[in-house]
Amino acid sequence: MEKTLKILKERFEGMDPLVRRGDLSFISVPKSRAVEAVMWMRDHGGFTHLVMVSCVDRIEDGVFELVYLLNNPGERIDIGICVEISRDGAVMESMHHLWAGVKVYQREMREMFGIDFPGSPGVEEPMILEGWDDIPPMRRDFDTLEYVERTYYPREGRSTSDPATEMEERSYPLDAGVKRGIKDLARSGYSETEKDRE
Amino acid sequence: MTGANGHKDPWYPSWAVRPQYDLESEKYLKIWQGPQHPGVTGNMALELTVEGDIVVDCKVHVGYLHRGFEKLMERRKYMNCFPIVCRICVPEPDFNEYLFAAAAEELDGIEIPERAKWIRALTLELARIASLTMGLGGQAGSFGLGTIGQWCLVHRDYVLDLFEELSGHRIYHMYILPGGVRHDLTPGFAEKTEAVLRKIEKLMDDVQKVLFDNAVIIARTNGLGVIQNDWIDPFGIVGTNARCAGGTRDVRKDYPYLVYDRLDFDVITGSRPDVYGRSLLRRDEILMACDLVRQILKNMPEGPVRTKLPNPLHWKIPAGETYIRAESGRGEMGYFMASDGSEFPRRIHVRGPSYTHAMALFEEMIRGISIADVAGLMTSLQTCPPEIER
Repeated sequence: MEKTLKILKERFEGMDPLVRRGDLSFISVPKSRAVEAVMWMRDHGGFTHLVMVSCVDRIEDGVFELVYLLNNPGERIDIGICVEISRDGAVMESMHHLWAGVKVYQREMREMFGIDFPGSPGVEEPMILEGWDDIPPMRRDFDTLEYVERTYYPREGRSTSDPATEMEERSYPLDAGVKRGIKDLARSGYSETEKDRE
Repeated sequence: MTGANGHKDPWYPSWAVRPQYDLESEKYLKIWQGPQHPGVTGNMALELTVEGDIVVDCKVHVGYLHRGFEKLMERRKYMNCFPIVCRICVPEPDFNEYLFAAAAEELDGIEIPERAKWIRALTLELARIASLTMGLGGQAGSFGLGTIGQWCLVHRDYVLDLFEELSGHRIYHMYILPGGVRHDLTPGFAEKTEAVLRKIEKLMDDVQKVLFDNAVIIARTNGLGVIQNDWIDPFGIVGTNARCAGGTRDVRKDYPYLVYDRLDFDVITGSRPDVYGRSLLRRDEILMACDLVRQILKNMPEGPVRTKLPNPLHWKIPAGETYIRAESGRGEMGYFMASDGSEFPRRIHVRGPSYTHAMALFEEMIRGISIADVAGLMTSLQTCPPEIER
């Protein structure tokens, strides 16, 4: 583990590694050296098993942190290669030529985070969110609560048979009426916003 | 480019090139299998291009079951995530509970009591039995032996009875929590478990006679869906799929967690890399899990089952990243957790065992097989759509 981390640091301009456990460490490398670092680990470091590729949205720093978690089955150790890329016009070099499974991760990350991987097979095809026209939903600035309220809560024609609501209507009609009024207000507010958009 | 033993070299990126078929030539036909089809595992769709009844190309479509679990967890406090994590995989919810809890415990430096480790291992092995038994039934059903599917489902229900007694829930247990488990075993649980294990072992004898000694099954599965040994790393194949193809990795042995370093077991490897071999290995895995459950019940120490945590609704976990893995019934399952020091997880990434099996590997393996064998091949890879679209 130490030897590999040392090489990553010296040869691939890696930062100081974060040692989580005896068998797990994370090390950041610059974007420009990431592919060769990962390829070196696969071909010369014994890290032949790609465990996963993930992304963490560090919105406060304006970056996405890509994590390539590699496993060395012989020595039974894992090293996570962390690569920071800018959130604006996020693009990363594709690694689909290194492992067959990478193209699936890349396709998912393009859809969920909006990171492009030029050249990755089928990366432009929608994977899960067919017909999605909002910002990529796994970004931190995508507000799930706002989306749900906009999409579901104020929608016309929805009725409920929820016992809590039913009992509230019966036992506390005044409170329930006020809540209904707020919902109606919200509903009219949203419809006005939609008109503005149009 | 071909490899040394004649087959396609998996390190050569042939998967980057998708062959094009001219549908106008009337030689090929495009048909859909799924998303609502008894021959697909869960909600997936296969866009098959066939020539006669032979599949020449396949495109896997997912997204019919997307519930956005990973995103939803970013808005929930750690304890509030538990009703979500177990729903990521229906057949094996306990592994998700364990991995989430273990990741949070590791980041916060929480040690769980000794007895809790044993009980966690017990629930994981019971979950393995339930999952693999159902999988075996599904495998038989995909080749037309629905009766075995019914037998297996009944026996899975016996295991679910145990879970109901243990946790109050049959499918999603929410029994493993940070700090240990929800509560201790109920009185007489060991005896009831033993009775269920005997039923399972009896079932495996019956399955041997009706499924594995069945001439039709042998003829149909022999040589179907062969995984080459050198595909393991390029495609990220794990679990029984890899152990049938010559792989020897088992997280329980390689990275012992909980109490697996104190249990007596060997990694079982299969001798045949096809559908038949994989089913046979899963039968052996079930029997081994029965043995492990007995060992756990015999050696389990007394003591508390839960460590007192800080107020769970104001539980802040120190900033950091970690990855925790476990050997689920279908292979390595892992949780990558990133915390920013707040009460909410910054990022949870679920590494399901079937993520690459169902997409990259399946699309590669399906070429050249008959339409009638698609369901059998898919079931043999133990694909689980909710893991792909967490």
